[in-house]
Amino acid sequence: MSAPAVAEPSPAPTSVPSPVLTTVIRGRARRATRRRLVVLTLALLVAAAFAATLVFGQTYYPPGDVLRVVLGEQVPGASFTVGRLRLPRAVLAVVAGLSFGMAGVTFQTMLRNPLASPDIIGISSGASAAAAIAIVTLSLDETRVSVLAITAGLGVALLVYTLAFRDGVASTRLILIGIGIAAMLDSVTAYVLSGAAEWDLQEATRWLTGSLNGVAWDQTVPALVALVVLAPVLLSRARDLSAMQLGDDTAAALGVRVERTRVTLIVAAVGLIAFATAAAGPIAFVAFLSGPIAARLVGPGTSLLVPAGLVGALLVLAADFVGQFAFDTRYPVGVVTGVLGAPYLVYLIIRTHRSGASI
Amino acid sequence: MTDVGTRPAPDAAALVRRPARVRLLWLLAVVLALAAIMLASVAFGSRTVPWGDVWAALGGADDSLEQAAVTKRIPRTGLAVVVGAALGLAGGVMQGVTRNPLADPGILGVNMGASLAVVTAVAYFGLTSPTGYVWVALAGAAASAAFVYTIGSLGRGGATPLKLALAGAATSAAFASLVSAVVLPRNDIAGSFRLWQIGGVGGASFERVGQVLPFLAVGFAVSLLSARALNSLALGDELAAGLGERVAVARATAAVGAIVLCGASTAVAGPIAFVGLVVPHACRLLVGVDHRWLLPFCALGGAALLTAADVVGRVVARPAEVDVGIVTALVGAPFFIHIVRRQKVRAL
Amino acid sequence: MTPSAPSAPLPAAHALAAEHLTLGYGDRVVVSALDLTVPPGEITAIVGANACGKSTLLRSMSRLLTPRAGRVVLDGKAVHRLPAKELARTLGLLPQSPVAPEGITVLDLVGRGRHPHQGVFSRWNERDDAAVAAALEATGTADLADRAVDELSGGQRQRVWIAMALAQQTDLLLLDEPTTFLDVSHQVEVLDLLTDLNRTRGTTIVMVLHDLNLAARYAHHLVALAAGRLHAAGAPAEVLTEETVRVVFGLESRVIEDPVSGSPLMLPIGRHHAEHHGATLQ
Repeated sequence: MSAPAVAEPSPAPTSVPSPVLTTVIRGRARRATRRRLVVLTLALLVAAAFAATLVFGQTYYPPGDVLRVVLGEQVPGASFTVGRLRLPRAVLAVVAGLSFGMAGVTFQTMLRNPLASPDIIGISSGASAAAAIAIVTLSLDETRVSVLAITAGLGVALLVYTLAFRDGVASTRLILIGIGIAAMLDSVTAYVLSGAAEWDLQEATRWLTGSLNGVAWDQTVPALVALVVLAPVLLSRARDLSAMQLGDDTAAALGVRVERTRVTLIVAAVGLIAFATAAAGPIAFVAFLSGPIAARLVGPGTSLLVPAGLVGALLVLAADFVGQFAFDTRYPVGVVTGVLGAPYLVYLIIRTHRSGASI
Repeated sequence: MTDVGTRPAPDAAALVRRPARVRLLWLLAVVLALAAIMLASVAFGSRTVPWGDVWAALGGADDSLEQAAVTKRIPRTGLAVVVGAALGLAGGVMQGVTRNPLADPGILGVNMGASLAVVTAVAYFGLTSPTGYVWVALAGAAASAAFVYTIGSLGRGGATPLKLALAGAATSAAFASLVSAVVLPRNDIAGSFRLWQIGGVGGASFERVGQVLPFLAVGFAVSLLSARALNSLALGDELAAGLGERVAVARATAAVGAIVLCGASTAVAGPIAFVGLVVPHACRLLVGVDHRWLLPFCALGGAALLTAADVVGRVVARPAEVDVGIVTALVGAPFFIHIVRRQKVRAL
Repeated sequence: MTPSAPSAPLPAAHALAAEHLTLGYGDRVVVSALDLTVPPGEITAIVGANACGKSTLLRSMSRLLTPRAGRVVLDGKAVHRLPAKELARTLGLLPQSPVAPEGITVLDLVGRGRHPHQGVFSRWNERDDAAVAAALEATGTADLADRAVDELSGGQRQRVWIAMALAQQTDLLLLDEPTTFLDVSHQVEVLDLLTDLNRTRGTTIVMVLHDLNLAARYAHHLVALAAGRLHAAGAPAEVLTEETVRVVFGLESRVIEDPVSGSPLMLPIGRHHAEHHGATLQ
């Protein structure tokens, strides 16, 4: 850098735009354009994938028929297949994808670590362990399994947060405690499954992998309602979240009530995760991958909530379609995202550790 | 403070000697405790056996149902002892190699690596023999431990607790998805894989113990011999090099010993988490940070802890048995959290 | 060049003071019953030995730490009672080790300083752009605007962080060791920049500094802490004495006049130079 680097400070900007002001305005406009372009493209892709899953499948229904079914008309054949099978499934794919994507990126941004997604810090493990116990040990029906899983997810989040609290929550401590709790819960799940009857085991395994098979409106609607309620909460905190990326002290100096914001964000994000998990199971790595992918697309410096949600929706829609029709065996969506995500995850760890930095 | 170095130090020799006596006493105590726990492991179980039959069975008698039950408990106890010792020692070595208080085979994703290797071999290469399982699981465990350690120590600051734990957890998650992708379409192998995965020390026989004994022997020898090197490494790489240690070689040797130990024990007993974490910390409180003392204590302590956990698992839910892995997880996780909470944030 | 009192025009001078402040972490009391007044429109430097409570005091003054007893008062109101954003429009803080998100550009980072001026749904406007541009210009970082913060040198990065705090447009600016990890030329560069701000805008500056001599040279008002208590406060010439150094740092020293600035200059005396010092200087 040049030696006399401190410029003579100029007086407050006058009405004539200085070259610096022009740079500032142009830079911001450029970034906004890129972001808008990415969000629009992603939204179009999600819409296209959504339409495709309604039209294609074992049987092909012309777009006109599908549209009429969606608008509520009776079409022989299509009404059942599209209206009862494909539509709730596709809607849940979008809802779960949005929920996982937004909640995941919230955690990653807040904890300043792309590896700190809800899959890793115990929340998904809590929901899974509860579901395994509910299915295998208690033989509960589907609704109760969901309720128990949601409660357990929230409970584990609360536990991790409380245990990590010591003069405020440090993100490293929270991540590590989450990992410890996850390890314990995973061994509980494994133990419960080890004593399971064959039939229960199948159901539990499907639940634990994440699957959209046999989804009906009963499962889709609660997740949709949760998304409608909780997503605006996250979005309204997007700016505080960006400020918290600069460290707790800097965020507080910028006027963010750090602990309060953190609790709000955690409750909203965990709620999204828990409801989506209860409906579709913990679809592996969607929460994990959406944020970093979105960050790559939009570039650093802007809020990732919306793009990450859209990436999540696209991932789930595409992976479900691939799982259903691309192989001889029908794979549940969680296996597809898991297998596709695993290499990317490893790459992500390597890259993150190399640069020693955050998302 | 001007007379530093000139002051005579008559107590120095005594200061050095006294801890040694304390350590010997502790050593005696731990050995006695282990013996008592082993006896309990033979005596207690889902079936209540009178002491007379226990003694008779230990003497080789095999006449009554009670005596037969005790005879079955003997290899099980043996397995718990060697696996516990292996895990405790592996934990001690890993914590030394990584200079990381949270290093533990379970946290480092070794178990999932072993699982993935076994299912892959069963599904695609028709693996069926028990000896084959050991080799494959060992290879998988070793590969994943090396992998996690490598990616966990990239970048600034080396293998910090946070990076290592995250790398382990993330790798476990990735492997778990691959395992379910392999198993899901193959209903035929799901059963046999599950049997292996449950593991534990329940179905032990002398034959099974025998399969892993050579691996464990090598692991024990390598690990215990690296104690002196670990003492140097504890001071940091630069200082260790300054003291004449060949840092890379020393670290690699010790790590290989630890990986063989936890790979072999995972192969024979399935995933058992947190023993390698808890035991070294407890032992450090008893005997301090000198690895020449610490490592043998870790082995003894690990054996005692795992055998005790097995006894508890057999007794609490009679007539059913609780897997030893879950007992150690329920004991170990709170301990893990305690350690995390005690650390200064910057050290993580 | 002795530090002169800032020239007009001054913004509304804000009065910041600590009243009987007791601070601590967990069971540990770090600062006890401390009274301190920050002179408006001047540069105040807080000095003291390691772990004497300097940073703790600064954190509490910007509300990062709730007092055990006593309070921090800004214009007659306790800062812990003020709405967070309102406080952040008057008082800015640059912590010792702020975190820059990976890949963020200078322009974006400085823009984050506008946070307290934005509502939940309000859009970015020309005032925000103008504030960011002014901050970039004042710190001489305008030509770095599109660079990623991670690639900058230590001195550049520190100027960018100061630019972020400037974009916040506060009349009071607190800095926790703004010169750590910088070599001597960059230390001087940062302190010159802060002096510029104080002179041209009348910004009240409070900073924790390690280097006693630089503190004496750049501050109008020097505050010396010893073990969590106020040892002395006032003009550098009055505060920085051999007695203060002995009490605050437990070190023998000699204080002479700085031939460059006329401020006091402290020369430490270690064990090995005590005799020599006695022979030649006394």
